[in-house]
Amino acid sequence: MSKSNLTRRGLLKTSAVAGAGIALPTIFTASSAAAYTNEPTGSSVTLGFNVPQTGPYADEGADELRAYELAVEHLNGGGDGGMMNTFSSKALDGSGIMGKKVEFVTGDTQTKSDAARASAKSMIEKDGAIMITGGSSSGVAIAVQGLCQEAGVIFMAGLTHSNDTTGKDKKANGFRHFFNAYMSGAALAPVLEKLYGSDRKAYHLTADYTWGWTQEESIVASTEALGWETVNTVKTPLAATDFSSYIAPVLNSGADVLVLNHYGGNMVNSLTNAVQFGLREKQVNGKNFEIVVPLYSRLMAKGAGENVKGIHGSTNWHWSLQDDASKAFVKSFGEKYGFPPSQAAHTVYCQTLLYADACQRAGTFNPCGVAEALEGFEFDGLGNGKTLYRAEDHQCFKDVLVVRGKENPTSEFDLLEVVEVTPAAQVTYEPDHPMFAGGNLGTCNPGA
Amino acid sequence: MDAIILQILNGLDKGSAYALIALGLTLIFGTLGVVNFAHGALFMIGAFCAVTLSKIFNLSYEVIDESQTDFLGNPLKVKTPYVESWFGPELGGAIIDWAVPLAILFSIPIMIAIGFIMERGLIKHFYKRPHADQILVTFGLAIVLQEIIKYFYGANPIPTPAPEALTGSFDFGAFLGFQANAVIYPYWRLVYFAFAAVIIGGVFAFLQFTTFGMVVRAGMADRETVGLLGINIDRRFTIMFGIAAAVAGLAGVMYAPINSPNYHMGMDFLVLSFVVVVVGGMGSLPGAVLAGFLLGILESFASMNEIKSIFPGIDQIIIYLVAIIILLTRPRGLMGRKGVMED
Amino acid sequence: MFGLDKKDTTLLIIVAALTLAAPFLLNPFPTDSAMAQFNAGYPDLMQRFVIFGIFAIGFNILFGLTGYLSFGHAAFLGVGSYSAVWMFKLLSMNVLPAILLSVVVAGVFALLIGFVSLRRSGIYFSILTLAFAQMSFNLAYSVLTPITNGETGLQLTLDDPRVLGSSSTADGSIPVTNLFGAEMRATYEMVVGPWNFQFNTGYYLSAILMLLSFYLAIRIFRSPFGMMLRAVKSNQTRMNYTGLNSRPYTLAAFVISGMYAGLAGGLMASMDPLAGAERMQWTASGEVVLMTILGGAGTLIGPVLGAGFIKYFENIFSKINEGILHSWFSFMPDGLEDTLIALVYPFIGKGWHLTLGILFMLVVIFLPGGLVEGGQRIGRLFRRKKSGQETDKSTQSTPAE
Repeated sequence: MSKSNLTRRGLLKTSAVAGAGIALPTIFTASSAAAYTNEPTGSSVTLGFNVPQTGPYADEGADELRAYELAVEHLNGGGDGGMMNTFSSKALDGSGIMGKKVEFVTGDTQTKSDAARASAKSMIEKDGAIMITGGSSSGVAIAVQGLCQEAGVIFMAGLTHSNDTTGKDKKANGFRHFFNAYMSGAALAPVLEKLYGSDRKAYHLTADYTWGWTQEESIVASTEALGWETVNTVKTPLAATDFSSYIAPVLNSGADVLVLNHYGGNMVNSLTNAVQFGLREKQVNGKNFEIVVPLYSRLMAKGAGENVKGIHGSTNWHWSLQDDASKAFVKSFGEKYGFPPSQAAHTVYCQTLLYADACQRAGTFNPCGVAEALEGFEFDGLGNGKTLYRAEDHQCFKDVLVVRGKENPTSEFDLLEVVEVTPAAQVTYEPDHPMFAGGNLGTCNPGA
Repeated sequence: MDAIILQILNGLDKGSAYALIALGLTLIFGTLGVVNFAHGALFMIGAFCAVTLSKIFNLSYEVIDESQTDFLGNPLKVKTPYVESWFGPELGGAIIDWAVPLAILFSIPIMIAIGFIMERGLIKHFYKRPHADQILVTFGLAIVLQEIIKYFYGANPIPTPAPEALTGSFDFGAFLGFQANAVIYPYWRLVYFAFAAVIIGGVFAFLQFTTFGMVVRAGMADRETVGLLGINIDRRFTIMFGIAAAVAGLAGVMYAPINSPNYHMGMDFLVLSFVVVVVGGMGSLPGAVLAGFLLGILESFASMNEIKSIFPGIDQIIIYLVAIIILLTRPRGLMGRKGVMED
Repeated sequence: MFGLDKKDTTLLIIVAALTLAAPFLLNPFPTDSAMAQFNAGYPDLMQRFVIFGIFAIGFNILFGLTGYLSFGHAAFLGVGSYSAVWMFKLLSMNVLPAILLSVVVAGVFALLIGFVSLRRSGIYFSILTLAFAQMSFNLAYSVLTPITNGETGLQLTLDDPRVLGSSSTADGSIPVTNLFGAEMRATYEMVVGPWNFQFNTGYYLSAILMLLSFYLAIRIFRSPFGMMLRAVKSNQTRMNYTGLNSRPYTLAAFVISGMYAGLAGGLMASMDPLAGAERMQWTASGEVVLMTILGGAGTLIGPVLGAGFIKYFENIFSKINEGILHSWFSFMPDGLEDTLIALVYPFIGKGWHLTLGILFMLVVIFLPGGLVEGGQRIGRLFRRKKSGQETDKSTQSTPAE
């Protein structure tokens, strides 16, 4: 077992002693004096890390948990401080949040809305968590975000890419650092034009649920703006494992680009099947047939093996970035766990620091105060360049990476290479953009 | 026309997987009278036999290469598989390349052993228990097996490619005299179909033409009488269980290159293969195979755009819709016998 | 009392006492102790215990009495949830109309599915119900998104009409579910020394409905109707030969148990106004089968025990992480501590499925009658100890495996 466990154990011991100290011997008092839900009264503050630990996204969840533990260690002054040293806001000083030691509880979302809400509720009701974060699907993120709004705690979303999270389902208590489908489209389109020209015929295969639809809509809109023609858009069932019967019609459709609006296991299988059918060796309309995977995840791309080589997509962050912040994060994560962090790990680490920093700057854990501190917050030094947490929809605006499956990987982690860093300005949209319309932040809810 | 030929091929291919799993399920149900919910897990373990063998072949030693750096800026450790250093890069590389077909040999003893252990250690005690108990205990076993695999291999899919020689695709169009490149189909999927046909034929021939098979068939029809004749039917049933496990395992090994295996692939197939078995008729081997191919082909046709534009979402429900229609028009499935599993 | 015989009355009273005192009983460990991890006395989990209890009681009326194993019961729960949430969106945040509608809609849905599925028996019936439920799930997840909101789940929004209530509260948030003003989420916390007990309105509403459902189930079990259903289980053919048509009875049982599921679904939505499609998936249907068999199919209290067992596992074991293990074993020498943690680690947190699978197998192998049989065996053990030398042969022989 590594040294970090020793420090954590020491930490837990001290916090247990501290906890015993504050256990008040009050009898028969209703505790309604708190100003907001789960106001921390002792010497520690509890965060709730709600990630998929079982089910198909368990590996993503495990990587998120590692990043959370690292973030907590850094907040409490352990380790080398990671991105706290490069973060533009210097409010955090390694003494926890506002002098309170950071503790955490974990839960299993099972990538199901119901289970995720149950687990988040148990953290709020039983463990007194003041903030909930995590998740690796949009359905879960939106469900938990709604719950946190009702319960009066802050929700810092993990991996969620659907436009709806900060679009029609946005909530005053919810915040998203990860990019979204619109940004994927806006970032990819210019690169695709440069690579494949403006006269292309695209065929879309789309996972048949809300995330898939928003992604398809975004990509169709941004590629048609280039002059591409959309030959067909076909929905595939979420439960599909073999995509052969969806791939086969592509062969003779006249399309010369296949866009796979799939994620996770769906993406691995549809991409594998598409390559099996020899699509990449095909010549259509006198051009090479191309495949595009708009949302890449390195952990998942690994499952597709050789098939990702030369395939373009977008991603929130990649460990090979050479800015100081990314290097610092890769270093402290890599030294602790022995492999580089995934984009999921990066985004949840950032979210934890951003939350802690906002509390520190606001001088309170009150969700309304924290939300105010995050709204319109501009920062740098967290690996994506200059970033804005926009007040109108609680979405982060930052650079988006366009990546390509690497032809000659040097290690099992070296699967993607960054083709272009699309500047934030190019992926920014108006808060009332039609793809995001219909939602209402409401007002922040401090609960209690 | 091209589209229809392609979808028939796809259907036969999906059908092969369904038929192989359903065949094993029916063997177990027909001989032992046990509803085995862990059968999907056996399929999954088969696929992981291929993964494991390819991992074994890829066991490597590390050489530090100062000229390159890893992600932390330390000198890169370059891995060379032992197999390559023992047999030379050419033969070694070929062995690694052919890991999946070689895994067929590797998996048979493993799957038969797992089958024996399962039957002797667990299933045996459930012959006289209600079907509900059998379902529950095998379901529990399926969860346990799947979690063990997850513990060692993680939750994400693991790429297990087919040999390089078999990765391309075959031009059916040119072969059948249509336009070239209109109907192309991956070699490996054709291999899978042929392999399934051989296995299915083998199982039928075994049951039809050997004394062992004859006794088992007799046992399926009337277990007590065969027992009264002084034949040790139990031992033969154990062997049948091993064979059924091996069939599921082989189906899994060969499936690995089609879709990267993950720990829950068995559960994905489980419900479907039960529907297949029931549509075919409980306890009927030809029924299981027929229903497997039938549902595979219908599923493929339902995912065609022309059909989806008439019935939106039909590809989501086609299997279940067909199951309902068949069960309501043919009470015991396509080829089921009276009195099986109706109480 | 209540038209029940003495034994059943005792059972009902015991269950009522246990349910009403649950906030105390489920929180045996002081909040700050290391064992507090195992406390289950917080509102959400207590609500889940009783709601899934209702679901399992209803399922048992069909499966336990008639032997018809439905593999699609989650569909009724899902339909109930959807109707309740729609009621909150369109009518008002009062839970009463929502729950009533969910019971009715689930009943109608069950009538349709039951009418078709009950034309077959045995595994063919199971597959038919499974097929209907999977079709509902797949469609709810994709094509029916306008009604169900697909993957995201149906949620309340600020611009729902709510004709008898208000779209949003004065401070701009979504109103909360209530029963004539009593908010479902309202919780009274009682701090006694190091203990913290939580009394939640929603829990008590669910608990009272669970007790009513339980009472109704006892009455059904003991009624001539119940006898008729048992007759179906023991020998349907013979029953048909006597000239009795068993279909109306089984269909009635199916609809009743569907309405129970609808009630559970409506209650779930009332406690937490969200309805997701996963509630209808076959794994959710499988879960209620597991609950019922695990607790003891055909017994009155078994399904409730089974529901509690599984939900406890899902919510408590999944939350134990490595850090907590370290705090438990921190008193040991380092080497021993790390070994112990390495041994326990695969079974907790992300490994809770593994533990659950193993426990299933153990219960099914050694306790064919489920948890109820386990309880009976322990009970007999104590009785035998008391009565000393009096040995009862019939209790010594363990049930055949």
